[in-house]
Amino acid sequence: MEQRESIIEAINLTKKFGNFVANDNLNFMVGKGEIFGFLGANGAGKTTAIKILCGLSRPTSGNITVAGFDVYTEREKIKKNIGYMSQKFSLYEDLTVFENFRFYGGIYGLSKKEIRERTNYFLDKLGLMEYKDKVINELPLGWKQKLAFSLAILHKPRIVFLDEPTGGVDPITRRQFWDMIYEVANDGITVFVTTHYMDEAEYCGRVSIMVDGRIEALDTPETLKNKYEVDSMDGVFLKLARKG
Amino acid sequence: MNYPVAIKNVSKSYRKVKALSNISFEVNKGELFGIIGPDGAGKSTLFRILVTLLKPDEGEAFVEGYNVVNQFKEIRKIVGYMPGRFSLYQDLSVEENMNFFASIFKTTVKENYHLVKDIYSQIEPFKTRLAGKLSGGMKQKLALSCALIHSPTVLFLDEPTTGVDAVSRKEFWEMLQRLKQQGITILVSTPYMDEAGLCDRVALIQNGEIMEIDSPEGIIGNYTKNLYKVKTDKMFEIINDLRDYQYTDTAYRFGDSIHFTSKQENPDSDELLSYLQGKGHDNVQINEIKPDVEDCFMALM
Repeated sequence: MEQRESIIEAINLTKKFGNFVANDNLNFMVGKGEIFGFLGANGAGKTTAIKILCGLSRPTSGNITVAGFDVYTEREKIKKNIGYMSQKFSLYEDLTVFENFRFYGGIYGLSKKEIRERTNYFLDKLGLMEYKDKVINELPLGWKQKLAFSLAILHKPRIVFLDEPTGGVDPITRRQFWDMIYEVANDGITVFVTTHYMDEAEYCGRVSIMVDGRIEALDTPETLKNKYEVDSMDGVFLKLARKG
Repeated sequence: MNYPVAIKNVSKSYRKVKALSNISFEVNKGELFGIIGPDGAGKSTLFRILVTLLKPDEGEAFVEGYNVVNQFKEIRKIVGYMPGRFSLYQDLSVEENMNFFASIFKTTVKENYHLVKDIYSQIEPFKTRLAGKLSGGMKQKLALSCALIHSPTVLFLDEPTTGVDAVSRKEFWEMLQRLKQQGITILVSTPYMDEAGLCDRVALIQNGEIMEIDSPEGIIGNYTKNLYKVKTDKMFEIINDLRDYQYTDTAYRFGDSIHFTSKQENPDSDELLSYLQGKGHDNVQINEIKPDVEDCFMALM
């Protein structure tokens, strides 16, 4: 594999809640511009790990850096360099499209000029310029999802975390969303994504599969399918997660 | 006309938004009937009308022959309903929730234990745990047990597998297959197209309208286009290259390949092959394939 600058480095990442080990010695690195799929059954420990990588929760032990910053001591710097979007979009429903951009731009400390430029760039790209002054709750779900993604990368983060970004959307919009993911990765932003759609696991450069707090497998979809002798990532997932 | 569920020209709007427009269909006794569509398609509105929590603006709906508007009391006794959002009492234990739902319907867990045994026995070891402290998969099993405890004849499951991982989804559908064998009529909604194949019949729904109703095989049989699976060694670039191809009708990512349809009456896959090779793709594989329900859904959109 080509050598890339690493954006996430996790060495022996462990998180315990009392006696319960939610993350058990996770080891992985994610490169610049990589699309990394973070898979696992419900309760496997994905959310716990994501919270640590976003600087929202402290690991029990391990050496972990995100965008070059330490998760113990440089959490505020991490927050400035990451974007985050979940299935529960973080758009303000009763603000307009532009007001949402201005709000997020302000939070990330962009100048008025930057906010205007970036807003125009995204709305132009999405073909939503004429809806700039529409209130969010009047817009279809698929548009909201694309706007939420744009806001998550408004401040040009080094890495964007997408937590089940495509849950519930129609199959065409789901694919358009992946076009956006590819484009962003192509621009050098690292994409760290969770999903329950196993066809989407195939769209990732590499995937890890967590079972009971541990990473059971980590490789390209192609290699994993060959290793477990199945013809889809669904098959890989079923083989591994059934063990748990 | 004794269908367990019959819907005639039902429409429902929320202010300006039309949630359902002119929906009609019947569900047969003992059928496992799927309502497949994305968020906002109208699935939950339809379920709420059928379980008498919401009145239709127009049209009529019947459950076991009872009218959903003026015979709602009868309907509530005989249906089981699992709403999309977890709606059990979080601060009651597993056992207390079960007893509560049983007593509301003037029965006991003991009396109807046989109905829920298959599912409930999986969570019974945790019966003293508070419902709010259960894992997602366990909550789902408890909610299904509570919906079944009064021996309903029709079961409405609104997105029971949304946000649930692939393994738990499979297990849930296996439970439904076993329930079906007890003769219970089941309506289940889902945004996951791959679950359509597990239903006897499905309604594909989008923007409040039903696009098609048929068995999964019937829906696939009605697909008229020639569908090709395309793979090359450059899967990142291929989608844009296909979009620039003059004969492309649709090109969608599907797992590790692209599903492609052509504008040509008789698609020429050799021509496509040489086009892709000209764009620098090697190891090009083009195979005609049978569509799945997701292909059909997208073709109908």
